Amino acid sequence: MIHLEEIHRIYDTAAAPVHALRGVNLRILPGEFVAVMGASGSGKSTLMNLLGCLDRPTRGRYRLDDADVAELSPDAVAAVRNRTIGFVFQGFNLLHRATALENVELPMLYATPTLRGDEARSRARVALGRVGLEARADHTPSELSGGQQQRVAIARALVLDPKLLLADEPTGNLDTRTSIEIMGLFQQLNAQGATIVMVTHELDVARFAQRIVVMRDGRIVADRALDRPADPVAELARLPDEAEAETA
Amino acid sequence: MYRFLALFRDALRALRRNVLRTLLTMLGVIIGVAAVIAMVAIGGGASDQVKLQVDSLGENLVIVMAGGAQVGAGVLGGAGTAGTLTVADAEAIRREVPGVRHVSPEARSAAQVAAGNENCSTQVLGVGVEYPALRNWPLAGGEFFGAAAERAAARVAVLGRTVARALFGDGDPIGAVVRIDGVPFTVIGVLAAKGANMMGQDQDDAVLVPYTAALRRLLGQTNLRMINVGAESAAAMGPVQREIAALLRQRHRLPAGREDDFTIRTQEELAAFAGSTTRIMAGLLGAIAGVSLLVGGIGIMNIMLVSVTERTREIGLRLALGARRRDILRQFLIEAALLSAAGGVVGVAAGLGISRVAAWVLNWPAAAPVSVVAGAVVFSAGVGVFFGFYPARRAARMDPIEALRRE
Repeated sequence: MIHLEEIHRIYDTAAAPVHALRGVNLRILPGEFVAVMGASGSGKSTLMNLLGCLDRPTRGRYRLDDADVAELSPDAVAAVRNRTIGFVFQGFNLLHRATALENVELPMLYATPTLRGDEARSRARVALGRVGLEARADHTPSELSGGQQQRVAIARALVLDPKLLLADEPTGNLDTRTSIEIMGLFQQLNAQGATIVMVTHELDVARFAQRIVVMRDGRIVADRALDRPADPVAELARLPDEAEAETA
Repeated sequence: MYRFLALFRDALRALRRNVLRTLLTMLGVIIGVAAVIAMVAIGGGASDQVKLQVDSLGENLVIVMAGGAQVGAGVLGGAGTAGTLTVADAEAIRREVPGVRHVSPEARSAAQVAAGNENCSTQVLGVGVEYPALRNWPLAGGEFFGAAAERAAARVAVLGRTVARALFGDGDPIGAVVRIDGVPFTVIGVLAAKGANMMGQDQDDAVLVPYTAALRRLLGQTNLRMINVGAESAAAMGPVQREIAALLRQRHRLPAGREDDFTIRTQEELAAFAGSTTRIMAGLLGAIAGVSLLVGGIGIMNIMLVSVTERTREIGLRLALGARRRDILRQFLIEAALLSAAGGVVGVAAGLGISRVAAWVLNWPAAAPVSVVAGAVVFSAGVGVFFGFYPARRAARMDPIEALRRE
């Protein structure tokens, strides 16, 4: 699915060039659920931007789904972002004045070949159903909780059936309980066949993945598989009851 | 289609974000388009009006006025007062100039006209028998004087509508006697109403008498104020004008190099003169419209730049979700075009309203043709596209990573 060879990324800043990635080699197979961890400045965001085809490496080769990304035209890269990759952001990035359904429809606006209106609408409904929000289709983001907003964003990422789901700190703005619920959703989508790469700096969140990649100073310093990823049902059960938490 | 509708919906949503700002931005375009529409409607009405008035002069009319058109004499006011045209000149024109159909001498003076206890001051026009034919001026009742009356300098009068009304009310004036400056004349006819001329004077406020009677019995002179000549066709007007000039120079024994002591105007020249004022007005309004559309366009550019900055994150998101640069460009162009086209539509409505009020106040017919209305809306959308291009390109060139990071 993903094959990175000796990837370097150097930013030309006014002061001095910043070497954000210093030779990253990484292979991710279809169906994997990978967490990328690291402190801020470790290069994990840069890696994420490269994986998402929002940025290009200074040196090295990035093969996504057997295509060399460097050789793609800008339009082809846009099509890759549209069809092959689904993005989930820390800040949800929903359009505030649009309904949940319209937000989920957004990627289909840029899909080629063009979808018909009723087709786009029914796909958006199906995607909202997969995240359990079909009842909230006509609500605007301000009428939804943070967890629900992130679910809408996930539905938006899923609506064109991408092969790869890229999540950048997806639980960064959510409380513990909602975070666990979102991780449960990710595991469920992964079980249905989606390849997921998730950037996080919280080990609690990373434990839900099957594999954890740790970055430091622009290099991968650890890469290990988890024998038993965390179970969201058990984790939720271990949370103190909300009523108890209030009295405590 | 789906994509276009969705883009349209997004644009509408963006414009509704700040309704007041949207309206204020549209104001420049609204004023510009309203000015264009009002200009076209009122200007068109004015030129229709001028055309009507020029047509009311008569058909293929060439007017010879006494006095030259020297600097300072004025174009119409000064001419005709110099006393250089004679009845013999008029007869010579009829005899010697080819292409002439009608000739009517004209003498004119202000006079007091009385009938019974009523009296009014008006213009007395001494004219020839062909005058009604020349001026396309039918009678409402009675008859015009004939050649015999003209030869005999008969004391007969034909009243203009306004004078007839002033002296006789709704009664029938035919057969009655009116005293013009104390001289009794018998009323033999009443002219049909003709309305105001290009200078705004009421043409019906006049009494027509044979020019012979006017010269001999009222004015006591032999000089004419002007000679009205009807050419056979529109094409003949130019040659007739030149022939008359040559003939009169010869008759008045003007040496080469000396100015004419008469002025010849054709109907078209008078129309052009009257039309020039309208054109100046139209030009001024056009300039206002142009400046206003320019200012409106700059306002749109300004607001679109603000909008692009405000929505940086949204642009980054759309790029991440697979929008191509031209999709972003298109989105903002549609938004700008929608903004200014909406301004255009409101402007058209305002312009039609203004021209309707103007039509009512000026008593002119005013209407803007559909093509102009459609053109104004399309053009204002074009203004939006033109001035929206720079902000839209700025949006399309954003770096998605930077854009997504922006708060």
